[in-house]
Amino acid sequence: MNTKQVLFAGFGGQGILFTGKFLAYQGLMSGREVSWLPSYGPEMRGGTANCSVILSDSPIGSPIVSNPDILLAMNLPSLDKYENCTVSGGQIFVDSSLIERKVKRTDVESFYIPATRLASDENLGGLANMIILGKMLRHSGLMRFEEIAPTMAKVVSAKRKNLYELNLKAIELGYNHGE
Amino acid sequence: MSEKVLMKGNEAIAEAAVMAGCRHYFGYPITPQTEIAAYMSKRMPQVDGVFLQAESEIAAINMVIGVSAAGKRAMTSSSSPGISLKSEGFSYLAGCDLPAFIVNVQRGGPGLGGIQPSQSDYWQATRASGHGDFRKIVLAPASVQEMVSLTFKGFDLADKYRMTVLLLSDGTIGQMMEPVSLEMGDVTKYDKPWAVTGTKGARKPNIVNSLFLLPEVLEQTNIERYERYKSIEKTEVMYEEYMMDDAELCVVAFGIAARVSKNAIKAAREKGIKAGMIRPITLWPFPKDALADAAHRVKAFVSAELSMGQMIDDVELAIRCKRPVILCSRAGGMIPTPENVLAALDEAGKIGG
Repeated sequence: MNTKQVLFAGFGGQGILFTGKFLAYQGLMSGREVSWLPSYGPEMRGGTANCSVILSDSPIGSPIVSNPDILLAMNLPSLDKYENCTVSGGQIFVDSSLIERKVKRTDVESFYIPATRLASDENLGGLANMIILGKMLRHSGLMRFEEIAPTMAKVVSAKRKNLYELNLKAIELGYNHGE
Repeated sequence: MSEKVLMKGNEAIAEAAVMAGCRHYFGYPITPQTEIAAYMSKRMPQVDGVFLQAESEIAAINMVIGVSAAGKRAMTSSSSPGISLKSEGFSYLAGCDLPAFIVNVQRGGPGLGGIQPSQSDYWQATRASGHGDFRKIVLAPASVQEMVSLTFKGFDLADKYRMTVLLLSDGTIGQMMEPVSLEMGDVTKYDKPWAVTGTKGARKPNIVNSLFLLPEVLEQTNIERYERYKSIEKTEVMYEEYMMDDAELCVVAFGIAARVSKNAIKAAREKGIKAGMIRPITLWPFPKDALADAAHRVKAFVSAELSMGQMIDDVELAIRCKRPVILCSRAGGMIPTPENVLAALDEAGKIGG
């Protein structure tokens, strides 16, 4: 890996920023250069929210991801807005319980997971973000399965054991989805 | 090397201030810098410090004046409209020769403007922060790590020269997270015989004041202050040169604009365009000599800014208009893309031929 640019996009309240933070911590723990840039202000309180994460082996210039290698779309406006910006040969991950249409691009790899429905089926309400993240981590090769738990331990404080376990369960569910 | 942690730019400023020995923070919330106040509200009680949410920005800067007059390190932070409110305080700090550390995490203006990142307070920061003849040292971080190192250094410079140091950042660097090392070294302590600390009947009272009704005396205070400024211009200039060794075109950019420009310069090099960058880290004192020297070697300059074009004045002054300077600008909360900077480099290459 030289540089991977990842864009997480969806509604405010879906945990978009936290999803990006998880990936950023993993980058930090593996000694890479990392940048994490949220959209901020009224957008994160109900409008569209997005989060740029860059992982690189060399110093990062602009922290703004306008042409992602990997796009995680958690609502239709996000897919509409960013599908065409994704680099050719990139990957697009779609929450298919919230987005009915398919990815139109044929020069990218597309992945579908009904993350929001899985979350409610499995009593993991509000953790669709971690489910789709799990799917992305597997197919992008950004994180090995055994790296997930130690990263979670870094991101969620040990005092909040319940949160730790639920998040871990969600991310593993996504990781193993379709296998 | 110490373990790195992921921190937001705003939080990094706050932690670095605590490490620099600041125990008095006064502020009033405003996007996009509120994380500084939020962090301080948790952190200050842990170190027996004072966190106080003032009733207004004006109150906060006046509290800084009070604490500084008592010889302690103090800071306040705000974003553009809030900084305008503090301008009277900046002038009084200068007139009283008091150290202070101020943070402006800029957003688009004028007026209430917006809340997205901007650099359009450049003139305010480097020229007209308030009435009267005075300067502030203005530091421009381009990474979360520099939020730490320049805050730590800023407190030192403020005490060393008895003046205000302004950290001029923007919403992007304030909001982003990057790995940082918090290893900073020791804090230098400065004697402050002028501080109002109580005489205990043992000495003449110290008076901190900016009123001098005799013009001869007032002129003298100004002249002495400007002597100090001259020495700062000689010794405290900071800048980074990026790919300047064989550069034929020179981008000048600070903060987030410099980060974007690095991408553009890499892309330009791939196209065979010999571009480089001089990134001012101190906006005052501005790296005039480095630019004047580059003007002998490069064909043209590009000033890349998140404003309608403010720093470009300093670039043209520094190079005495010897070479063309192309403006690459976005305003109102928009950020130039690497493609914008690349297009400006293309234009500069044609004009500067």
